[in-house]
Amino acid sequence: MVAASASCCTFPRWSSAWRRLLRFRIQGFGENLETTVDAEAKTLLGADLSLESDRPFPDTIETIIDSIGGTTSRRISFASMALFPENDRTRLATVRATEGGYPFYGEVVTRPREAVDTYRDEGAALVDGTLLKQFDAEVGDSIQIGRRTYAIAGELVKMPRESSIVSSISPRVYIPQTALDTTLLGRGSRAEYEVYFKFDDGRDVESMLASIEPTLDAYDVGSDTVEEAAGNWREGLGNLYRFLSLVGFVALLLGSLGVASAVNVYVRRRIESIAVLRCLGASGQQTFQVYLVQAAALGLMGSVIGAAIGVGIQMLVPTLLADFLPVPVEFYVSWRAILLGLGIGMGVTLLFALWPLLEVRGVSPMRALRSSVEPTTGGWTDPLRWAVAGAIGAGVLGFAIVQAPTWQVGLGYAGSLVVVFGLLAAVAWAIVRGVQRFFPSGWAYPWRQGLANLYRPQNQTMVLMLSLGLGTFLITTLFLVQQSLIEQIRVTGGEEGRPNLVLWDVQPDQLAGVDSLLRSNDLPVMERTPIVTMGLESVKGRTIDDLRADSTFDLTFAHTREYRVTYRSETTPSETLVEGTLADSMRGNPLQTGAPVPVSIEADIANEDLNVGIGDTLTFDVQGVPVTTVIASVREVDWQRIGTNFFVVFPPGVLEKAPQIYAVLSRAPSEDVSASVQSDLVQAYPNVSAIDLSLVLSTFDQLFQRLSFVIRFMALFSIATGLIVLVSAVVVSRSQRAQESVLLKTLGASRSTVFRITAIEYLFLGSFAALTGLVLSLGATWALSTFVFEGPFVPDLLAVGGAFLIVTALTVGIGLLNSRGVYDRPPLDVLRTAEV
Amino acid sequence: MSTVLRVSNLTKTFRSGSRELTVLDDVTFDVPDGSTCAIVGPSGSGKTTLLGLCAGLDAPTSGTVELCGTDLTPLDEDQRAAVRNQYVGFVFQTFRLLPTLTAVENVMVPAELQGRRGARERAADLLDRVGLGERLDHYPAQLSGGERQRVAMARAFINEPRILFADEPTGNLDVETAETIEDLLFSLNANAGTTLVLVTHNLELAERTGRVLRLRQGRVELDEMRSEGVKV
Repeated sequence: MVAASASCCTFPRWSSAWRRLLRFRIQGFGENLETTVDAEAKTLLGADLSLESDRPFPDTIETIIDSIGGTTSRRISFASMALFPENDRTRLATVRATEGGYPFYGEVVTRPREAVDTYRDEGAALVDGTLLKQFDAEVGDSIQIGRRTYAIAGELVKMPRESSIVSSISPRVYIPQTALDTTLLGRGSRAEYEVYFKFDDGRDVESMLASIEPTLDAYDVGSDTVEEAAGNWREGLGNLYRFLSLVGFVALLLGSLGVASAVNVYVRRRIESIAVLRCLGASGQQTFQVYLVQAAALGLMGSVIGAAIGVGIQMLVPTLLADFLPVPVEFYVSWRAILLGLGIGMGVTLLFALWPLLEVRGVSPMRALRSSVEPTTGGWTDPLRWAVAGAIGAGVLGFAIVQAPTWQVGLGYAGSLVVVFGLLAAVAWAIVRGVQRFFPSGWAYPWRQGLANLYRPQNQTMVLMLSLGLGTFLITTLFLVQQSLIEQIRVTGGEEGRPNLVLWDVQPDQLAGVDSLLRSNDLPVMERTPIVTMGLESVKGRTIDDLRADSTFDLTFAHTREYRVTYRSETTPSETLVEGTLADSMRGNPLQTGAPVPVSIEADIANEDLNVGIGDTLTFDVQGVPVTTVIASVREVDWQRIGTNFFVVFPPGVLEKAPQIYAVLSRAPSEDVSASVQSDLVQAYPNVSAIDLSLVLSTFDQLFQRLSFVIRFMALFSIATGLIVLVSAVVVSRSQRAQESVLLKTLGASRSTVFRITAIEYLFLGSFAALTGLVLSLGATWALSTFVFEGPFVPDLLAVGGAFLIVTALTVGIGLLNSRGVYDRPPLDVLRTAEV
Repeated sequence: MSTVLRVSNLTKTFRSGSRELTVLDDVTFDVPDGSTCAIVGPSGSGKTTLLGLCAGLDAPTSGTVELCGTDLTPLDEDQRAAVRNQYVGFVFQTFRLLPTLTAVENVMVPAELQGRRGARERAADLLDRVGLGERLDHYPAQLSGGERQRVAMARAFINEPRILFADEPTGNLDVETAETIEDLLFSLNANAGTTLVLVTHNLELAERTGRVLRLRQGRVELDEMRSEGVKV
C-alpha cells in the first residue's frame, strides 16, 4: 500500500510539474522577448531611418537625401560569387559594399574586434563565419569578389539587422564601397541601394517621412523607421511566441489528460479505503473533499516544481532560438508568468481531477464488505458530471481564447485541437477495435495475453496512444515534409537530361566565352536564355501611378516589381499553356509601328495579382521605352523545376535590341566538376553568378534544419509528456501487475514468460501509439505535399520505419524499466494479498 | 496406494526485525494419491504457509517437500513453476481470475502455459460441466462470486492435475453458493481421481474430507484419518 500511495502521489506531481514548466517557460520567454524588442528597438534598424531602392537613387531622391540631413551611411548589397584563391573554391554570397559609419546603433562583433573599424580603411573584407568555416579560410587569407581581391580583415560574428539563420543561408561579405568592382553592378544585375540616417536633433522621424513619402513612392523607394522595424519584429516574434504557446497548450492538455487518468486510477485503487471512511461515518461530501484537497495539494506541489524547472529551462530557450533573433534576449524572472503558471496549473489540475473524483461521493460503505458494490454517482445520469464536463470544455475554450491574438483565432485553436485529438483518438480507437475484432487467437499465449492487457480495466491505452501518437505525429510530419521537399528538388533537378547548373548575369559579349568554357570542361550548353528587365507602366490602360492614387484599388507587388522577361515562341517543359497560344516572331518593329505585342503571362500572377486575362493590355517600361502588349496566352509554370521560368514571355522580334543579360543552363555530372567549372568561371567572368543544384539542396536543408529545430524541440516535449504519462501509468498499475504476475507464476508460468507478457504489452502499446502518429503523419504529409507545396508525395519509408522503431523501443524500454521487481514477487503472495 | 505428497521435517521461519518467527516447526506427513485432506487450525497456526510450501509456492527454511515424486527443495522458482503447471491445480478464496480475460480464456491459461492443443474446447467443456456453458465470453467483472469460483475450479482442473490445493475455497461465498461449490469440488475431484488438499476454517467442509490435519502454533496437533472417506 505504501508503494502504491507513493506512486500515486508521484504521477500528478510529475505531470503537473511538466505542464507548469511548459506554460511558465513559454510565458516567461514571451515577456522577455517583448521587453528586449522594446529596449533594443534602435539596434534592430541600426539607424533612425533607412531608404532603400533596387536601383541607384535618382537625382530627385538624392536631393531629398541631402535635404534630410543628419549623419548618413550607404550600402549596396548584391549577390555575387565569392572566390577563395587559396583553394580556388567558390560560393554565391551576399556582398555588402559599405560607406560611412553604419550601424549607428547596436554592436558589431568581429574577430578580431578591431576589424570592424579598420576594414574600410584597409580596403579589406569582413566575412561571415559560416563562409570561412565552409572553405577552411581564416583571417589574413584573401577573398575575391568580381575582379578585386580583398584581404580578410576579420570574421563577422554579429551585425544589427542580420540574423545568423539568414547569414548561414546566404553568407555575408562586407567590403568598403570605395574598393567595389563596379562592373558587378552592370546591366541587369540586381542590387539593393540603401542609405541610413542618424539624427541627433531628436526630430519626429515619422512625420518627416510622411512629408516625403509620396515622392519616395513615385520612385519606388522604400523606407524603414525604428518603430516599423520594431513593429515588424514584434509581429514576427509574436507569431513565434504564439506558436510556442500553442504547442505548450497542446502539451498542457496532454498533461491534463494524464492528471485525469492518474486520478482515475488513484480513486479506483482507493475505493476500499473510501468505503472504510464511509463506514466510520464520513459523508460522501467529506470523502470527496478529502481527495479534492489531496489533488489540489499535489497540483500545487507540481506547479511549484514546474515553475522552478521552468526558470532553469527559460535560461536555455534564448540560446536555442538565438539564430532566429535579431538581438540577444535577456533573461529575467517574470513573476507574472510564474503566478500565471501556478494559477493555470492549479486550475487545470483541479478541473481535470474533478472528473474522476466525482465517483468518490457515491462509494457505498457496503463496498468495505463486498467488493462487487459499485459507486452510485459519477455516471452520466449525475448532473455534476455534466457540470464538470461543461467546466472543462469552457476552461479549454477560455484558455485558447486568452492565448490567441483574437477570439476567432482562439476558437480556431480550440476547434483545431478538437479535430487533431479527435483524429488521433479515432485512429487509436480504430486500431484497438481492429485488434479486438480480429484478435489473433492462433498466437502463442504470451502474445495474446500481452495484447489483451491493452484492454485491461483501468488501462491507460487511449491516453498513451494520444500523447505518444501526437509527439510521433508532429516529429514525423515535420521530417517527412522536409524530406519530401528535398526529394522533390532532387528529383526535378536530378532528372536525367535536366539542367543542374544555372549561370546567371552572363553579358551578351561573354556568351561565347562562357559557352566555350563549359564545352572545354565537357559540359553541355542546354539553354541560353536572354533576359530583359522592365517594369509595368500601365495595366488595362490605367497607369501604375493612377492605380496607386486610387484608394479603392488593391495595388500588389506584381504592379510595382521589376520584371525579368525573355522572348521565345515555344513553351518549355516546365510550362503548360492553359489559354491562347504563344505568338510567333513579330513582323515589323512594334516599337515603331506601335502595334501591341502579343505576350504570354503566368496564370497565378494574371488571375490573382494583376487580375488580367486574354486580350487585356499591359504597358511595360523597357528601360525607358514604353512597349504596349496584349495578353495572347496564359501559362501555368512549375516553379520547382531548376531552370529559368518567367512571369511574362515576349515573342521574338521585339526585345532583341534591348539591353539584356543571359542565363545559361548546363548539367554537371558531379559536384566536383561543378565546383571546378564554377571556379574557372568566376576567375574568367567575375560578374557571372552560378547556382548549382547541390547548393540549392544544401541551403534548403540548412534552412529546414534550423526552422524545424524549434518545432522538433516542442514535439519532443509532447513525446516526453507521453513517456511521463507512461511511467506514471506503469507505476500506478504496478501493484495490479505484480498480483497478476504472481498468479501466473502460481499457475506455472516462468519468470521469463511473465517478463515476455509485459514486454509484449509495451511492444503493442508503443507500436500502436507510433502507428497512430504515423498514419496521421503520412496523411498530413500527403495533404501538405499535395495542397500546400503542390509537389509529389514522396514518403521516406526509412524515416517512417525509424520513427516506428524509436517510439516503440522507448515505450518498451521505459515500461520494462519501471516494471522491474514486478516479476520477482514470490508466488506465495497469491495466498496473502487482496483480490486481483 | 502411492504417495503424491511427502512432507518431511518441514520448518519455515521468518525474520521480523531482530526477531525470528517460526511459523512451521518440524512438520511431517504424507498424502496418498487420490485422497482428500483438510488442513485446519486457528488463524496464525501456519495453514497457508504449509499449503504454499506443499504447492511449491515458496521454499522451506529446512526439511523437504516431495510432490509427485519430485523433491522441490533444490529447485529454483522457475523449475517449481514447471512442476506446478504439470501436476498442480489451485482454487483460491478470492478466485484470482485475470480481469482482462474472459471466463473461457481464464480457464485456458494453465493449458496454454503448457502449450497444449485444444485448450479452448477443453475449457469450454469444463465450464459447461460447472454450469457456465452459456457464459464463456463473460469477463470476471460480469460474473457473481459463485460463478467466478466455478471458473476458478474449471481452471484448476484443465491440466488434469494430480493434486489440487484449495485455500478457503468457499470463504468468500454465501452459504447456498458455498454448498454448490463444495459439491462441485468434491465431484470433480472424485471423477478425475485428483488428490485434494484444502485449507479451511470451515469444520463442516473439513469433515467431508478423508483426513484432517489440525495445526497449532506451527505444529501438527492432530492428524485424524476418517474411515468413511469422502462425502460426495
